[in-house]
Amino acid sequence: MSQQDALFTYTLRQADDLLILSHRLSEWCGHGPVLEEDIALTNRALDHIGEARNLYTYAGQVEGKGRDEDALAYLRNERQFVNTKLVEQPNGDYAHTIVRSFLFDAYHLPLAEALTKSADAQLAAIAAKAVKEAQYHVKHSSDWLIRFGDGTEESHRRAQEALDNLWTYSGDLFVMDAVHQDFVKAGIAPDLTKIKAAFDATVDRVLAEATLKRPADGFMATGGRQGKHSEHLGFILAEMQYLQRAYPGAEW
Amino acid sequence: MITKDRILELLDYVKDPEIPAINVLELGVVRQVEVEADGKAIVTITPTYTGCPAMDVMAADIKKELLEAGVPAVEVKMSLSPAWTTDWITETGKRKLKEYGIAPPEKTADIRALKGEQPVVACPQCGSTNTVMLSAFGSTACKALWKCNDCLEPFDQFKCL
Repeated sequence: MSQQDALFTYTLRQADDLLILSHRLSEWCGHGPVLEEDIALTNRALDHIGEARNLYTYAGQVEGKGRDEDALAYLRNERQFVNTKLVEQPNGDYAHTIVRSFLFDAYHLPLAEALTKSADAQLAAIAAKAVKEAQYHVKHSSDWLIRFGDGTEESHRRAQEALDNLWTYSGDLFVMDAVHQDFVKAGIAPDLTKIKAAFDATVDRVLAEATLKRPADGFMATGGRQGKHSEHLGFILAEMQYLQRAYPGAEW
Repeated sequence: MITKDRILELLDYVKDPEIPAINVLELGVVRQVEVEADGKAIVTITPTYTGCPAMDVMAADIKKELLEAGVPAVEVKMSLSPAWTTDWITETGKRKLKEYGIAPPEKTADIRALKGEQPVVACPQCGSTNTVMLSAFGSTACKALWKCNDCLEPFDQFKCL
């Protein structure tokens, strides 16, 4: 793989995580449990899609084949998406939605912080913009997880269930293949074992306060970075891409 | 001949589409204004929040304002770095926000909210600091939702970034 292809793939991985999570959060629009949360989730979706747009635009420039952000978001198939399996998991109840975001946020904030020092100036600039918003995201999902875990018997049970169900997908966030390891050497991408340490610290701190049990690190459902997904991604793309597929080039 | 000062005068009329009380200069998003030899103006702006939909509108409004004032050609560039901060909102901008009913952001040096503590925010209606945050996310990406415990009015706060 050339350096250019590798940078394209690496950038796409970040972008796909953000786009798919953003789409999942946007599914709550108009269905939030309370008005404030409806607004919070759509705001977060907007932050994620904003960062995704910057990354797709950059990926398109790196690739140099004239693909813009829309072409990358709307005109790729399931196997060409390289997001983690975590972000494509369904919303479920509110505990599942919060836990999915919490696991992602606990990874995304230290990742963005590290990327601000990337040898790649554009990735660093995009991260510097995102890092400030990511602090609000961690705060939001942590607050809710603590409220659920340390809440009623029912909310505690549901939060623990969501954690147990989604934990197996968290491993996908920390997979380092050859592409990634080359970039660690080049100072472009951070070593994910360091990001994992920051993730663990956040998870342990919040779960302790939430009186929730950290699931054991058993089997991890990985493969997203290689384009191998759970059944859910295809359905997301079918809905998200329908308009551009049916009416190519349609604009507002 | 259009000068840089003239461009800045014109930008004074371009409002934030979501918070029309302040203009793009007061919001601190205009990073650079250049005028080329042929009179073409290049305005560099920086996004507030990454996904803020108002940025596209602002860019279009800047173009429209300058073209209508007789600037022969206008280009609006988007620059991500250095990242925008609420510290770039001017003092006039902060005053206008308050008059408009939006509590202005605290200084980022005093970013207590992110360290688990709540910032002290004065109610823009009655000035009381007996206030409480209802949600960190408000009607636009840049605002949080607050309530005043004294006058009981809900209000928006421009949150620190």
